[in-house]
Amino acid sequence: MRSTLFEAPGPRARRRHVWYTVLVAAVTGGALCWALLRFKDAGQFDARMWEAFEYRGVQLRILTGMVDTVKAFVLAVVLSLLLGFLFAAGRLSTHGLLRRPAGALVEFFRAVPVIITVFALYATDLLRTAVTAAAGFLRENLGSPGEWAATNFASPTLWALVVGISLYNGAAQAEILRAGVGAVPKGQFEAGYALGMRKTQVMTAVVMPQAVRTMLPSIISQMVVTLKDTSLGFFIMYEELLYAGKLLAQNTATPHGYPYLPVLCVVGSLYIITCLLLSWAARRLTALEWRGLDGRGLPRVSSKMPMGSR
Amino acid sequence: MRPRFRRLSSLVLLSSLVLGGCVLSGCGREGSVPGSVGALTAATPGLEYPVRKGAHAIGSKGYSRALTRDTITIGVKSDHPFMGFEDPVTGQRSGFDVEIAKMIAAYLGYGPDAIEWKTVAPQVREISISKGDVDLFVGAYTINDERKKQVSFAGPYYLGGQDLLVDKGNRSIRGPRDLRGKKVCTVTGSTPFQRISRPEFGTTVVSHDSYAHCVQDLVMNVVDAVTADDTILKGYAAQNQGRLRVLGRPFSAEPYGVGLARRDAVLRDAVNDALEHHVRNGNWLRAYRATLGRSGAPAPAPSPVRRY
Amino acid sequence: MEVLTDNAGLFWRGFVGTVQLMCLSTLLAFALGMLLVSFRISPVPLCRGLGATVVTVLCNTPLTVLFFGVTLGLPMLGLTGAGYFTLAVLVMGGYASAFVCEALRSGVNTVETGQAEAARSLGMSTAQTAALIVFPQAGRAAVPPLGNAVITLVKNSALAGGFSVYELFSTEKTLVERGYAVAVVFLWVAAAYVVLIAVISAGFRLLERRLAVPR
Repeated sequence: MRSTLFEAPGPRARRRHVWYTVLVAAVTGGALCWALLRFKDAGQFDARMWEAFEYRGVQLRILTGMVDTVKAFVLAVVLSLLLGFLFAAGRLSTHGLLRRPAGALVEFFRAVPVIITVFALYATDLLRTAVTAAAGFLRENLGSPGEWAATNFASPTLWALVVGISLYNGAAQAEILRAGVGAVPKGQFEAGYALGMRKTQVMTAVVMPQAVRTMLPSIISQMVVTLKDTSLGFFIMYEELLYAGKLLAQNTATPHGYPYLPVLCVVGSLYIITCLLLSWAARRLTALEWRGLDGRGLPRVSSKMPMGSR
Repeated sequence: MRPRFRRLSSLVLLSSLVLGGCVLSGCGREGSVPGSVGALTAATPGLEYPVRKGAHAIGSKGYSRALTRDTITIGVKSDHPFMGFEDPVTGQRSGFDVEIAKMIAAYLGYGPDAIEWKTVAPQVREISISKGDVDLFVGAYTINDERKKQVSFAGPYYLGGQDLLVDKGNRSIRGPRDLRGKKVCTVTGSTPFQRISRPEFGTTVVSHDSYAHCVQDLVMNVVDAVTADDTILKGYAAQNQGRLRVLGRPFSAEPYGVGLARRDAVLRDAVNDALEHHVRNGNWLRAYRATLGRSGAPAPAPSPVRRY
Repeated sequence: MEVLTDNAGLFWRGFVGTVQLMCLSTLLAFALGMLLVSFRISPVPLCRGLGATVVTVLCNTPLTVLFFGVTLGLPMLGLTGAGYFTLAVLVMGGYASAFVCEALRSGVNTVETGQAEAARSLGMSTAQTAALIVFPQAGRAAVPPLGNAVITLVKNSALAGGFSVYELFSTEKTLVERGYAVAVVFLWVAAAYVVLIAVISAGFRLLERRLAVPR
């Protein structure tokens, strides 16, 4: 392996590396064994601690938790991308009247912790009134699909979570898009203008498609953050995966203890796997060739971007 | 679509099919986890309260808006065994608070099917009540003046107080004065935490984020006692089936009330009537025996409601 | 304004809590982050793999889940002594260490291989190359991403408020519970964060400019 810091190791270095390997393996292996033994002493590996997962009710609970997490995630992704485009359009506007407030909003929501926003939204009348009104409207005017939508989506906790997450992630997506627009070569704008397009046309038809393409990996990395943020719903009693997990761990306690490790393993790995799938998609997209676009001889923009910073 | 993506998507589809199919076809076991609170409560027949016909349809002047719907939403806790508890496996709610809530609902004309339960977190109790997320809140909710500025209280329906939970065989601890030099566990930042931390008791206070955690420590003899409101302790004593004992000498007064929207005097009176009614006909005591009473601790005298 | 003046004590307590959390966890995050990065860029394959695994797991776990894992798990391992503040610092420092590690690594990656090769050809040892040639340049390049990591850490510290540590989120909860107008409370708490983060990013920008080398 070629690296900045070291060259291919020689015989002495290789021997040293063997010692390092043994040492590190011993320390980490020892720590791991110690932890596992302590958990075993606490009864966490007893069969009865894991039996809970055999029950239909528990499986359903985890599945419902997952569905609710995904529900919040999908709504938040859609809303945050919408907000992202809006904010980015505002920030890139030539009118100071639009640009400055958009800039201030983006900077504000990027600075405020998501949980602060989510909790404030949860506690306001405004959102509740809006959600109740929307539910009433759906029920009255759309018949049974409206009824379905109202029962499944008209919860103030859901929307407090979704809107709160989307405000932050929308601001973050806006910054990503802006960076993407910045990375599009100037010639592209000029070519658009030379063809007689107006700014909006240049933006929507020429620049944005390229910016989104370049930034797709970063956009998806930000979606990983969005997914992780849905676990904040737990604080406002939105019954997502983490909430289900905590209830399971706490409330299936028997006189022998409570299934802390089993639930942590299941819930934690569900989160990690979902996030990894998204990250993996981001990496694949980085490597993906864009068929049909290359053929037209568009300049290939470097699509290497650092992964999301959270 | 590229082959790689096709492979991935088929993998995801397959695994979700297996998972979903497993759940839907019911390859899982039914019922609650043996030994858990859910299984303990499911084993005994539930109490039933006769529903007053048409009670909430009275169209009298100033009638409570909360009672115009076909269902009533009641806020409860979900994590206190035998007090306000939800079995995550079956979704069944149980406990003394839940029984009290059912009694009130029955008196107001709502059968068990017409109750919508909602778990309310401690931080959002006042908000949930005042914004109408819940019509009533029954969840070990101490009546005090600070809270009265935002919500109204019916009741009290139970006179609780801070108490101690110890090992069944422990005879050396008879009250908070005997805790000098001993280890006591409670929940961080709670009122019991502040009270037991006072220097006059001279104890070492260990604090966790949940009482379940403290009880675990007590069972494993890491601490000598757990302190909290007696209702919480009785619940855990009942859960541990005779291994633990509540002293039964509260050293504070925590009158539990039913929280409801401020200035809804009609609803408050109706709930007070309901409580009086069910204390008189013995349902209150029956409910206590079926829930907290399993700890072996005798019932405190039911308190007269305070109408204000 | 009354909300702020009437409850100056609570706001101050929350603000101090957030700042304390921030300082201590940042220190921990930097210490752990350096350890992690030394694993990630080490020539020993096991160390590299270990570092990569830890970083991947940390980056793909929600902080809330980590909070639960640690606050419930450590006592089960027999480590019952730690208070909530200590646990929060451990969790946040550990979580942020992954991002600090990635920031440092991206810094190392910006240093051209030729630099180290030149150093080695001058007869410098690996340690000398690292300490005198690579790290000074890498550190400079890592300043902006490190600033981002610290800012993210400050924002994440709000979660500690949900786990019995008193900081600005706790202030928000307390005041909303006491019946103050939500929007006003939110704006004041948010303003505190905006100020805090403006100060931090200004500090990092200054550092970046100080360290910049005109090319």
